[in-house]
Amino acid sequence: MSKIVTKKLNLWYSQFHALKDVHASFEDKRITAIIGPSGCGKSTLLRVFNRMNDFVDGVRTDGEVLIDGEDILNGRTDLVTLRKKVGMVFQRPNPFPLSIYENIVFGKKIHGETKREQLDIIVEKSLKSVLLWDELKDKLNSSALLLSLEQKQRLCIARLIAVQPEVLLMDEPCSTLDPQATARIEELMRELKSNYSIIIVTHNMQQAARVSDDTGFMLLGELIEFGKTSEIFTAPKDRRTEEYITGRYG
Amino acid sequence: MRKAKEFIVEKLILTCGVASIFFVALIFLFLMKEGLAVFKTVSLSDFLAGHKWYPISEPPQLGILPLILGSILVTIGAAIISIPIGVGSAIYIAEIAPAWAKEVLKAGVELLAAIPSVVLGFVGMVTLVPLVKNVFNLPTGLTALSGSIMLAFMAMPTIVSVAEDALYSVPKNYKEGAFALGATQWQTIWRVMLPASSSGILAAVMLGIGRVIGETMAVMMITGNAAVIPKTILVPVRTLTATVAAEMGEAVVGGEHYFALFAIGIVLFMISFMINVTADLFLHKRQR
Repeated sequence: MSKIVTKKLNLWYSQFHALKDVHASFEDKRITAIIGPSGCGKSTLLRVFNRMNDFVDGVRTDGEVLIDGEDILNGRTDLVTLRKKVGMVFQRPNPFPLSIYENIVFGKKIHGETKREQLDIIVEKSLKSVLLWDELKDKLNSSALLLSLEQKQRLCIARLIAVQPEVLLMDEPCSTLDPQATARIEELMRELKSNYSIIIVTHNMQQAARVSDDTGFMLLGELIEFGKTSEIFTAPKDRRTEEYITGRYG
Repeated sequence: MRKAKEFIVEKLILTCGVASIFFVALIFLFLMKEGLAVFKTVSLSDFLAGHKWYPISEPPQLGILPLILGSILVTIGAAIISIPIGVGSAIYIAEIAPAWAKEVLKAGVELLAAIPSVVLGFVGMVTLVPLVKNVFNLPTGLTALSGSIMLAFMAMPTIVSVAEDALYSVPKNYKEGAFALGATQWQTIWRVMLPASSSGILAAVMLGIGRVIGETMAVMMITGNAAVIPKTILVPVRTLTATVAAEMGEAVVGGEHYFALFAIGIVLFMISFMINVTADLFLHKRQR
């Protein structure tokens, strides 16, 4: 089943045409990787799905992005509801300068949950699902800024899970982590897949090959090829895809 | 030749650096020497806690409690007015205002900082003082409240610019993270931006208050200068600074009154010093 469908999606930053006629369909409960060289528009595409591009001056979009059949690009879209449903993990882990506990309940609190027992349960559940509970259960009140980079990134994922999103957008979530930490985050992604649709942007092709079910290759704002990861990496249909994954440019 | 030139320039710069410290030390020593002399005639507790300031009666009564309370009252009043407005306007400038409004407001704040205090005092005297008199139906508008309002204007530019700086230096990805979780702009400001910049904002507040407590001219012109212990904010008060400024000209050099004024100087110095150190601690905490 398709979770997100884009139809003839175009996006401009002032004069710069950053996304060109993107047609794609992202499946539910699967991991989709978007790969491509720097500046190809892969992060921009990701940021369309939770409308984070709205903060950029002079941005214009055209076309349709349907999430569960609903177009999220029109003016009637409630951004709070959208972002609750479509969460995002950033390149640099960005826990708030608050305690670990407050970081996780942040989303819940802004969406109106105030009961302490409820929040306690959510903290435990969220931390367990990112495998941090045992490490951190005794220091929930210490600052999140003291954690290691990997722990911070896990915490940021836990913070998302706490608001029960349906889609997780991950923008190069491992680019600041070492190989072991990267492997563990990838493991976590595979585990989360059964409950969420995950879209990951990465410039690391091995990572895309390891972790994703579907892959899209982007170049200069165009979605060149989109399909099963196994097919893209073994039998790409487009010459440019082949050249990229064999390392001829990028 | 080149080496000699280097040497001279280096020593010249060193001299400049040492000179500024040297002069500060000289001023401090002079202040101490003249000020501490007053304690030959009056005890420290009588000086700080004495209720009566009659420096030219016979024998002189040198209690500065009314002056300390006057300064504190005016400062607290100014803080209550200027902190919410100053921090609010910093939030608006840093987070909400469109680019053009940002420019206009920043220019406005800088302009406010550029007004000489005697001008503010004068404007306050002819506009604010009658207003306070009429609104509260008082015998005189020369009150602590008038001084507080006027000084709030003087503290605001400092508070706004330092607090805006603090907000601006909060990493952008905190804000992104909050928005990505579905936070509204206000929730992002209140729950993320303010906690993240709290030490910088506290420093802004301290620096603003430091400016208020050391201010002389405007308070002297509009607070009425009555050295009595104030019971409300609607009575005339006299501050530490105004006392020194007003009476130094008529004090006999080397007399008790003269020494007492220097001792007031020490008290003021201590207060400003503590405020600045606190502000500094907050600013450094932020950088770490």
